[in-house]
Amino acid sequence: MILLLPAVGVMVLLAVALAALLQFSVLEFIPGSLRTGGLTTRNLDAVLTPLYLRYIWDTVLLSALTTVLTLVASYPVAYALARSRSARVRSLLLVLTLAPFFTGAIVRTYAWMLVLGNTFIRWPVKLLFEPAGVLIGLVHFSMPTMILILAAAISHVDRTYERAAASLGARPRRVFWRVTLPLSMPGVASGSLVVFAWTFSAFPTPELLGGGRVKMIANVVKDLALDAFNWPGSAAFAAVALAVTFLLLAVVTRALVRTGGAAA
Amino acid sequence: MIGRVIVGLLVGFMTLPTIVVVIASFNPTAILAFPPAGLSLRWYENALTYPQFRRAAVNSVIVTGASALLALPIGTAAALALVRHPLRGRGLWSAVFLSPLIIPGVAIGLGFLILAARFGLLANHAVLISAHTVLVLPFVIRSVAVSAANLDPQLERAAASLGARPGRVFRRVTLPLLRPGLFAALLFAVIVSVNEFVVSLFVSTRVTEILPVAMFTYVVNYTDPTMAALSTLFIGATFVAVFLTDRFLGLSGILHIEDHR
Repeated sequence: MILLLPAVGVMVLLAVALAALLQFSVLEFIPGSLRTGGLTTRNLDAVLTPLYLRYIWDTVLLSALTTVLTLVASYPVAYALARSRSARVRSLLLVLTLAPFFTGAIVRTYAWMLVLGNTFIRWPVKLLFEPAGVLIGLVHFSMPTMILILAAAISHVDRTYERAAASLGARPRRVFWRVTLPLSMPGVASGSLVVFAWTFSAFPTPELLGGGRVKMIANVVKDLALDAFNWPGSAAFAAVALAVTFLLLAVVTRALVRTGGAAA
Repeated sequence: MIGRVIVGLLVGFMTLPTIVVVIASFNPTAILAFPPAGLSLRWYENALTYPQFRRAAVNSVIVTGASALLALPIGTAAALALVRHPLRGRGLWSAVFLSPLIIPGVAIGLGFLILAARFGLLANHAVLISAHTVLVLPFVIRSVAVSAANLDPQLERAAASLGARPGRVFRRVTLPLLRPGLFAALLFAVIVSVNEFVVSLFVSTRVTEILPVAMFTYVVNYTDPTMAALSTLFIGATFVAVFLTDRFLGLSGILHIEDHR
């Protein structure tokens, strides 16, 4: 097991960093200083004040909407990716899906600033620096991940079941709704959880497309840490995001273990 | 037919920003106009000569190079261990090693910032490099594990039975057979590290910041198409990298999208 040790070391480093974060969340903030005072619950209490609760609520709402819209927009592409008969179409879809996945957050978000601003397309309603614009950016950001998870799940659906349903007289549409879709549910579940968890801590999209008017938890973390130098207050917020993520991660892991990891 | 139109529209939605950025990068004036009044390469020149971008590019090479060099052997060893010696609670181990993918970037970033301050390493590349190593490790482990799972242990046994020592078996049999996975791992590591933004924003200063952070600062402060030009270069490089990987390694295999026909 010596082979595993270096990787465990790296994970320990991450654990230490996260522990330092949790420790700071209960230390007293001294304005104008990076030093901290004694133990306090003030940072965590601040998270629960109406102003900050609103950001958390906005984050939950945007994450939920993003998850649903991403799911609906990704399934058709994932289905085509897993099932298209032409290898060239599959390859093209894969490259078009992966390219944004690997194009950095800043480039992609900047691109949406250009699209949502009124230079190239005249939008009937204002989108940039509005929740709707942030939502569009978040969905776009989540689609590649969702598509890859769904495509993996759909490609694992045993086609014998579909053929059996068809041979018993089910039309293609019925085969899809009654056989393919239910059998790809593990992918739908894990994809949704991953996207929700990711969106919950999204940073660049709301930062740039929200223009300071739309804020999610990660933006508050950054404002407090890098602009106000209130590391303890920031740590408290990050701890909330961390807690939610671990909760979701536990659910995903259990779901994956149950389905034998087919949808991973 | 309707299905194809829907898929086409959705793929169009995914590609739209890329197209707009590329068009904007050739815009001749500082204020964007559509249709553009002409074509110009001046923003490319601006992007390539802007001092802060140059400094950030050097930092990117240092940070990405160092973290890839660290993560590749560490991740390969871990992948071999995980595939070869089934541990109890293997699902849990995988979850632990993949966790950097899902832990909020702001939490990792702030955690490393606090650590860096504690050890007086605030303006040091080491913090960025260790954070990037954490972030690319899951990609390395995942890619190598796929190759390692497909590796037939009989081949290694054959080499050993013919008298090769363990070190030689590893160098002459194991490593060459892992090559596709190692290549994919290196590629993922580089792509992820080069594009990493959130964590880097927290742990870098103006002196150590990597390109995405410099680009963020630029976008916040200026509106001219310099960013569009730099973005186009990024997008071009990414497309080539993804295309080459698919060509030579087959992305479907790496991503577990299999054909069950």
